[in-house]
Amino acid sequence: MTVPEPYRLILYLAGILGFVGLNAAYLVWVERKGAGRFQRRPGPTEAGPAGLLQPIADALKLMSKQLLVPAGVDRTLFRVAPLLMMSPVLISLAVIPWSESLAARNINVGLLMIFAFGSINVMAVMLGGWSSRNKYAIISAARVVSQNVAYEIPMLLVIVTMIMVTGTMDLNEIVRQQEGFIWNWNIFRVWVNPLMPLTFLVFFTCMLAETNRAPFDMAEAESELVAGAYTEYSSMGFGVFFMAEYANILLGCALGTVLFLGGWQSPIGILPGVFWFLAKMYFLIFTVVWIRWTFPRTQFYGLLNLSWKILIPLSLFTLILTSAMMKLF
Amino acid sequence: MQTDTSPYLLLLVLMVGALLLALVPIGLARLWALTASPPKPGAEKNAIYECGLESKGDAWVQFRPQYYIYAIIFLVFDVETVFLLPFAVSFGGLSAGAFVAIMIFLLLLVEGLVWAWQKGVLSWK
Repeated sequence: MTVPEPYRLILYLAGILGFVGLNAAYLVWVERKGAGRFQRRPGPTEAGPAGLLQPIADALKLMSKQLLVPAGVDRTLFRVAPLLMMSPVLISLAVIPWSESLAARNINVGLLMIFAFGSINVMAVMLGGWSSRNKYAIISAARVVSQNVAYEIPMLLVIVTMIMVTGTMDLNEIVRQQEGFIWNWNIFRVWVNPLMPLTFLVFFTCMLAETNRAPFDMAEAESELVAGAYTEYSSMGFGVFFMAEYANILLGCALGTVLFLGGWQSPIGILPGVFWFLAKMYFLIFTVVWIRWTFPRTQFYGLLNLSWKILIPLSLFTLILTSAMMKLF
Repeated sequence: MQTDTSPYLLLLVLMVGALLLALVPIGLARLWALTASPPKPGAEKNAIYECGLESKGDAWVQFRPQYYIYAIIFLVFDVETVFLLPFAVSFGGLSAGAFVAIMIFLLLLVEGLVWAWQKGVLSWK
């Protein structure tokens, strides 16, 4: 399919914006429905069949609220923070290969770019919290920074391991290498490194922590910090943060699919690649929701200890083991 | 699909798109507020939310020095990990000498972690 360049650009833009908008809205529905089902209640049922119109109702409700900017906040930073949270996610989604021929852009340093933009996220939450001049928000900002900083290192070490195994930072190429049967997926490549499934687990844990999801949602610990860094945000200011949070989960799960679960590669050889990609990605997203409503929130110092004393040594060990095994065999 | 070597126009367009995705809902909310619900500011309405209690003292406080040590430890690790990226990309063609060198580098990384751990930077009260 060859579409002239400017039209392709607009198509990709519309596609990514639409995809993120739709997902951010309906992941909230999945989350609420899931929360209900895990706790043996029906979840949203009123708006539309099976509560399917609930996201629209939520959006309208948020939109009709007043945009309050409290007295004493740093107005510029307060307004910049939601925008700063939204943009890096969308840019990162540009390099995700949804199928063999469907990717907005195929950059040879795609993986590096995702992590470069991914680290902006922390700054957005921190700015939002700090500029609010609210004690809860500032505690939350301090927590977000120390948590994301701690989990960035094992995440990067796992990524280095994966780059070493695949030899490229091009996401498309990484998926192409996992062609064939299910044991060609990176998560099952145990002859490269017997700890590969564990590496995936480290990646997934770090992804949960980087997106501030339960059981690591210290940023938005609603029972102790009201809404954390978002306490002072009302109306759509809060809505944008919320959307960006779900877009981040989407990005994390898409990345997990590309790196470990074989991307668009089909395990049984039928159905198009997009289907398999989305199936794997939504399975990961469902797991994220599942974990949130199953495990209680961890303690903050326990969280930092988990990263510095377990995940970082573990990921260093897998890195050394992988490189040694690849050189020796 | 071919690898694109000058993809940055799309990234720029996407950045604008991302700003729109954030600005349009906020703009709509503002429009609604202007037409349907006139603002009625007041000292209590615009106050910082602290669960109904009156706010005491400023929230913009100084942090304890432990945070800075923590940040420096992170910085060391992060920069060292960035050094590992080119090594990982060119891993396939590395000679044995280069491999040993990078292993020594990795062991230094491990040593840094052990040192920080011993020093008690990684224990919190």
